[in-house]
Amino acid sequence: MSAPSEPPRVPVTSPLWEVFVRARRGLSHTHVGSLHAPDAELALHNARDLYTRRQEGVSIWVVPAGAIIASSPDEKDSFFDPAADKVYRHPTFYEVPDGVDHL
Amino acid sequence: MNGPFEFALALGDDALVAAQRLGEWATRAPEMEEDIALANIALDQLGAARLLLSYAGELEGAGRDEDALAFLRDDREFRNCLLVELPNGDFAMSMVKLLLLSAYQVPLYTALAGCADERLAAIGAKARKESAYHLDHSALWVKRLGDGTDESHRRAQAAVDQLWPYHHELFTADPAAPVDPATLRADFDAVVSPVLAEATLTRPATGWTPGGGRDGVHTEHLSFLLAEMQVLHRAHPGAQW
Amino acid sequence: MYGNDFAPEEDAPGGGLLGQVEAAEVALREAAARTREAAPAPGEDPAAYFADVIDADQKIEPRDWMPDAYRRTLVRQIAQHAHSEIIGMQPEGNWISRAPSLKRKAILLAKVQDEAGHGLYLYAAAETLGVSRDELVELLLDGRQKYSSIFNYPTLTWADVGAIGWLVDGAAIVNQVPLCRCSYGPYARAMIRVCKEESFHQRQGFEILHTLSHGTPAQRAMAQDALDRWWYPSLAMFGPPDGDSTHSAQSMAWKIKRFSNDELRQRFVDMCVQQAEILGLTIPDPDLRWNDERQAYDFTQPDYDELMRVIKGEGPCNRQRMEHRRRAHADGAWVREAATAYAAKQRAESQREKVAA
Repeated sequence: MSAPSEPPRVPVTSPLWEVFVRARRGLSHTHVGSLHAPDAELALHNARDLYTRRQEGVSIWVVPAGAIIASSPDEKDSFFDPAADKVYRHPTFYEVPDGVDHL
Repeated sequence: MNGPFEFALALGDDALVAAQRLGEWATRAPEMEEDIALANIALDQLGAARLLLSYAGELEGAGRDEDALAFLRDDREFRNCLLVELPNGDFAMSMVKLLLLSAYQVPLYTALAGCADERLAAIGAKARKESAYHLDHSALWVKRLGDGTDESHRRAQAAVDQLWPYHHELFTADPAAPVDPATLRADFDAVVSPVLAEATLTRPATGWTPGGGRDGVHTEHLSFLLAEMQVLHRAHPGAQW
Repeated sequence: MYGNDFAPEEDAPGGGLLGQVEAAEVALREAAARTREAAPAPGEDPAAYFADVIDADQKIEPRDWMPDAYRRTLVRQIAQHAHSEIIGMQPEGNWISRAPSLKRKAILLAKVQDEAGHGLYLYAAAETLGVSRDELVELLLDGRQKYSSIFNYPTLTWADVGAIGWLVDGAAIVNQVPLCRCSYGPYARAMIRVCKEESFHQRQGFEILHTLSHGTPAQRAMAQDALDRWWYPSLAMFGPPDGDSTHSAQSMAWKIKRFSNDELRQRFVDMCVQQAEILGLTIPDPDLRWNDERQAYDFTQPDYDELMRVIKGEGPCNRQRMEHRRRAHADGAWVREAATAYAAKQRAESQREKVAA
């Protein structure tokens, strides 16, 4: 395992996608988690199978995690210093306001 | 097949044997996400099989339920098409097989949804949506494998070469059935041709059209599949599970 | 996967585990509502800020400062949890093709599928700590990270599928429910999702055994045999006794862990006794008896030497499970490569179109 203070490595195979699901009509899309897929179409299929196995959604967005720019707690004093574009560090199972770019 | 019983049985057997093969992928898929996708599709096929076999049992009126039909018939009594009983092979083989199967099941279930038999119509209405997703998923993969790497192209073409002859059996004319399979051929071609073209795959030039599944004359593979599927149920006659 | 709160009476031992999950979720939302600066003030010691957040029962989030050892502990624990879900598919997957009824086949397929899903949720939670899933999978395949030792035991009969549901998933949920309150936000949220999704599993293992133990003599014998083989390995799932457990104290201080191994093991035994009675099966422990003073059952400890041997790789199925996983991964390589190559071609294509336009 890499030492924790090293910058994280980019996954070798498929990129990470963040998944947003509209649970019911009238609600906004909510972040439900993330997954790996080589392209958008497969990401959408995987999202359906992984996050809506129990009919949890009426609409799904998948967003390349790299396309999300997150604000973050003040990092200048942090020992662990992630770059804003280190996509795979975005909090999974974390609510992100909708309106971010989507497919 | 001709009457509603034989028809429901044949469709139920297609779905059951397809589910059994897809279930063999569990814990073995090329990617963890795909493990989940294949299990979903297996569950859909199994769900359709249960509805169709239960209804077949009712139509027969001999007291056989879904389990009696699934676990207590021998291979000569199964009415599934040969395509679904062929071994899984590699992932390309399984995806091409699913493409051919679902390109047949989508128009079949769609037609069924409009048929006069209310029970069959309800089953068709439910299953066609699921099959549409299976078609989508398998088409997606056939394109990626066909037009991916040299190796994946070689494997996908080998799968098409091996499986293509088996699709003819699906469209054997049966004018007396609730839906005549011969009427579904145009829909099948309209879906499959562009997928193969986009995948840079070609259909083999062969006149071989294996068949016999609808009459209970199967490949050697089915007996093994059933032996495994039925072993526990048959070992405890009359037991509840 | 981990359904074990099948209990006819609301106040039966182990009843209301799902309620505890919901309470954990409420607590999580309440903690989130308490105001706190989103980051340490300029010049404030990040370590003191971290300690404050933990003390206040609030959640540490991925971009917060955290001690190296906290991050390492979490990565190891979450990854091993994820590996356990993925390897844990195999013993039950072994019976999908032979399930004795179509209904049981469907339930088992869905359950094994859920385990894959839970593995993926957990890998995603681990990734928020700055490791990639590929790295973690590599660590599993190389044998450098472990998975739960229980999955190195074989499923020899159909009753073993029931025993896994009742005992193994039962032990797992006793472990997992407190993790819904873990101090690391993504892990806590993943555990809430995992535990909630298991509501449909709650009865399945118990129900399989219940049907068998009320069935034919052969079925009944099958059920008792499964309990005999799975009881002690299930007790061992809680890990070594507290005195020998190396990571426990620090993990408790960080609120990664909330109860000790022995506390959880006791809780599990207390739950199982009454359920075994309802099943009409005998727990294979002649010294199992109620202790009025402790208000808990006295029981025989599992063989911890055996646990250590299985962890080291000498269980009945260690080699088989790893071989199976490695083969699936290796056999899938050409498919993953094809998908990546196709995606690259599509991107190049759309670039060309943009340039042409």
